Amino acid sequence: MVSLKIKIGDLKLNNPVMNASGTFGWAEEFKDFLELKRLGALITKTITLKPHRGNPPPRTCETPAGMLNCIGLENPGIDNFIKEKLPLLKKIGIPIVVSIGYLEAPEELILLARHLNSLKEVSALELNISCPNIKTKAPHQRLVSQDPVLTYKIIKRLRRVTHKPLITKLSPNVTDITEIAQAAKRAGTDAVALINTLTGMSIDIKNRRPRLSLITAGLSGPAIRPIAIRMVWQVYQKVKIPIIGMGGIIDMPSAIEFFLAGATAIAIGTANFINPGVISEIIEGIRGYLKENKMKDIKELIGALQG
Amino acid sequence: MAKQIKARIIESLRLTLGYHKLLLSAEGITQLARPGQFINIKVCQDYEPLLRRPFSIHRIKDAYLEIIFKIVGKATELLSKKDQGDYLDIIGPLGKGFWIFDSSAWVPILVGGGIGIAPLLFLGEYLKHLGFLSIVLIGAKKKDEILAEEDFRRIGCKVKVSTEDGSRGFKGKVTDLLIKVLKKGSFPKEAIIYACGPRRMLEEINLISKRYRVSAQVSLEEHMACGIGACFGCVVNTRDGYKRVCKDGPVFNIDEIVWNNL
Repeated sequence: MVSLKIKIGDLKLNNPVMNASGTFGWAEEFKDFLELKRLGALITKTITLKPHRGNPPPRTCETPAGMLNCIGLENPGIDNFIKEKLPLLKKIGIPIVVSIGYLEAPEELILLARHLNSLKEVSALELNISCPNIKTKAPHQRLVSQDPVLTYKIIKRLRRVTHKPLITKLSPNVTDITEIAQAAKRAGTDAVALINTLTGMSIDIKNRRPRLSLITAGLSGPAIRPIAIRMVWQVYQKVKIPIIGMGGIIDMPSAIEFFLAGATAIAIGTANFINPGVISEIIEGIRGYLKENKMKDIKELIGALQG
Repeated sequence: MAKQIKARIIESLRLTLGYHKLLLSAEGITQLARPGQFINIKVCQDYEPLLRRPFSIHRIKDAYLEIIFKIVGKATELLSKKDQGDYLDIIGPLGKGFWIFDSSAWVPILVGGGIGIAPLLFLGEYLKHLGFLSIVLIGAKKKDEILAEEDFRRIGCKVKVSTEDGSRGFKGKVTDLLIKVLKKGSFPKEAIIYACGPRRMLEEINLISKRYRVSAQVSLEEHMACGIGACFGCVVNTRDGYKRVCKDGPVFNIDEIVWNNL
């Protein structure tokens, strides 16, 4: 028997494979393609304080080995989420991680965390402080996760209002990812999730216009995998904190790479769009890899990169 | 309910310049499919292209499913080069199809512009099965781009053709042909329009449906990443806010859509 069980703070998972936020609809969209209860945990689409329309279309386009998106956090808002979505998610019977985000001011995260702290259906919170597709009032203002001081401050304040395990999702659009991860750790996050999408852009040469409504957008898919692996590895070297690794995982081998680089758990994003049963296949693939390599526990694989 | 299957290509057929037809063995999907729904195809095993591509279901015959498409880019190019006997990874049936009023008080008018004719043959055959004979208006730029005409005639539909260059049938746009048909007003019963085609054509149909007080349903097209409602990428602006073309559509009642922002 191979054990895939892992722990992130007080969050116990049967296996280390989950979906990346915003790539799994409200989960029901996938029930024809895999058993939802097989996921290690379910991470919701990012929820904001008020209902949010998101950005106008076009919102996605394909790029070499990847895709750009500028959805812009379309969601029904916290109240509707708790009323309409959460009860259905809870029925799946796996830990539910609620991703929370802000639209205008990071303070919205405090209100959200306070609100969710009392709900037993919520197993953990993921802080989305790295979405590249929100239009802030000052357009060139940095994202919270692009600034170690802002990252530290918001997590410190969140720690005061919630006992739930906190996962902080980081942006790769920074000079030194370890500096941000370090700040998040010092402020008391239980884990870091990396990476969110890279800021990218694509132009239609026929009409000489940007392909997407927001002009710039978030790049995901296999194209960004080497960057994600590098960042997981750098953070694993420098900061002692559980890492949820993601960025272009599409099959078992690409999943294994992340564990070797130092990830404790992984999340699958864009691959869900191509193969909606892929999470199930990856879990089985990891089990097979461990057996083949005579390992008994997924923990033996974490950071097992040979020098 | 949708399924992911490996579908064998039974026949790969070049239609007319730049257009192609594939006949697939798609047991499991064919029984579930309704007119207006689509399938999502992984065109190749590797990353180029990475995402699936959506195709309207053109026709269902027993366990066989037909799609027709225009070759517009890398994915459709690759698809047109597949051989008989090859397998395709497909997901379907997806989306919400056309609403069909099973009442003899209606005359269906099917309006297809260019490759927009794709979902309408399945609809025409389905309606025939229910006892309705549709009026079918097929629009194209020129005569060799008229698709599926014979297929509609064979099931007894009343077919009219328009070409923009006048090389066949009515000279002008298919929406002008529709106006002509509606003006004649020779319907003993009330008409309902089912339309698919370029955005401008559907905007025009919206105006026509208001002017002549005919209800209409339209099948929309939008870039999709997932096709199953997971990514919220393919949204269209409606009176109730953004809706997903892949999951809440692709067929919408024409009055739901906010057309000037489409």
